[in-house]
Amino acid sequence: MAKILVYAELSQGKLQPISLELMAKARELGEVEAVVLGVGARAAAATLGTHGAKVVHVNEDPAFDDFIAEPATDALTAICKQNAADLVLFGFTTDSREVAGRLAARLGVGLISNAGDVVARDGGFVAKVPYFGGAKLASMRANHKPAVVLLRPKSVEASEVGGTAEIKELAAAIGDGSKRAHIIKRVVEASEKVKLEEARVVISGGRGMGGPDNFPLLEDLANALGGAVGASRAVVDAGWVPYSMQVGQTGKSVRPGVYIAVGISGAMQHTVGMKASKVIIAINKDAEAPIMKMADLGVVGDALKIVPALTAAVKAKKR
Amino acid sequence: LTSALKIVVTVKQVPDPNSTLTLEADNTLSRDKEVVLDPGDECGIEEGLQLKEAHGGEVILVCMGPERARDAIRKGLSMGADRGVLITDAHLAGADALLTARALAAAIKPETPDLVICSTESYDGSTGMVPPMLAELLGLPQLTVAKKVEVDGATIKVHRQTSDGYQVVEASTPALVTVTAGIAEPRYASLKGIMAARSKEIKQVGLGDLGIDRGDPAETVEGIADAEARKAGQVIEFDGSAVDKIIQVLAEAKVV
Repeated sequence: MAKILVYAELSQGKLQPISLELMAKARELGEVEAVVLGVGARAAAATLGTHGAKVVHVNEDPAFDDFIAEPATDALTAICKQNAADLVLFGFTTDSREVAGRLAARLGVGLISNAGDVVARDGGFVAKVPYFGGAKLASMRANHKPAVVLLRPKSVEASEVGGTAEIKELAAAIGDGSKRAHIIKRVVEASEKVKLEEARVVISGGRGMGGPDNFPLLEDLANALGGAVGASRAVVDAGWVPYSMQVGQTGKSVRPGVYIAVGISGAMQHTVGMKASKVIIAINKDAEAPIMKMADLGVVGDALKIVPALTAAVKAKKR
Repeated sequence: LTSALKIVVTVKQVPDPNSTLTLEADNTLSRDKEVVLDPGDECGIEEGLQLKEAHGGEVILVCMGPERARDAIRKGLSMGADRGVLITDAHLAGADALLTARALAAAIKPETPDLVICSTESYDGSTGMVPPMLAELLGLPQLTVAKKVEVDGATIKVHRQTSDGYQVVEASTPALVTVTAGIAEPRYASLKGIMAARSKEIKQVGLGDLGIDRGDPAETVEGIADAEARKAGQVIEFDGSAVDKIIQVLAEAKVV
């Protein structure tokens, strides 16, 4: 049976949802061990057990929280040498990809990122990776051992299976040389009313919004619908709105009941983060924009006129 | 705040983000489209130039790509970078992240830079895997997703963007930094800059010069399939009944 190692990501002591999604996928592929590092690791290990981990390697050294990537790479390298994993699964998130990259380079193995799925086939692993605007899926076989695959958040649903993991204290040898990129301060700027990833309605704006001054129109609609506001990478890059609002491949992945894309053309960078939404409504001045080809309803016209009209209609309906 | 900085900026040539992609018969992306210097890398170059202006030193652009990627380097040189290195080799066609990182590392190592600046992720692949691999191969700490960079003597400090704000991250140089597009508005090349760039050095190296074996590919593409496409729905013009139609869809989804 294949040995799967899941890197369970903690963020300030909290197990990230992607970690349990990885567990669900890993269970299909073989016998699962997980590794969880930093303050809060022990509590997280119990949860990983109920999600199917047979063994969870833990270490609560705060250096894992306070230094970027290198301490975790040291720990993972030690485990990979010890347990000879066939596959190491990571979430395709900012923090995890930095660890995965370092680990793969240190082990001298390749990695497959941005995977939507991974399957066991002919004694190895094949990952499904979107390209060409997300219209095509490449099946990529990992030729190295361990295979390293980064799975996009929300590609699989987490589910409990019951069970208790054996918790193994990892005698982590963090080299002093690995305590280098030191997080000395954490600053919280944004406070979301409704979390983007959890909202049942997401309204996202792109360049077609004309400028940052028009984003309050989307806020109004979101408030009326009890939803959250997202954005495309283009407008985040342009500095209109903060990165916390970015939906897409390297932003947040969402799958709400309704996704309303306003003034967003529909580049793959964006669509891979939202195309699993149940219903997609696109508002765009260009009837030929790629987003129109994946929307359940496309409305061609001026977003700055349509959005306020829609907000008024939603409010009227609620009365 | 005094010592001069030797700065390497990695740059990539990518399909023009404003062009439409097409597929060849063999399912590879069409190669004959417009290519540009990655817009994210322009921001990295700008940050490098600003650090050089503040501290003195040198900005070196290192690029891997086909012969025509020389144009991407030339553009960065016309913005003000000092010289370039182009890694080009027929055996690098279709290189994966690991091979790319190995080639970049081999070209950068002899430069012994104080700072390596990369874009957090490229515009075309957007996977952001090369920078951490490169940091590991160069034996450098990685300060990532930086929206602000400060260097003071041998200390580098960045503001690292997070989903709800930022972290202040500190390390000693040498270090690798990945920057966001928001870090600096790239300057336009002046006519003087464009003229000066013509005589700046671009050193060309191949795998042999770098002492790298391509080796077996880390991944093999076994097949290409159409992704499960969402069916296109109805497309309507914004007229008197469009809002009612949207409300109807929202009602069916039970959100109003």
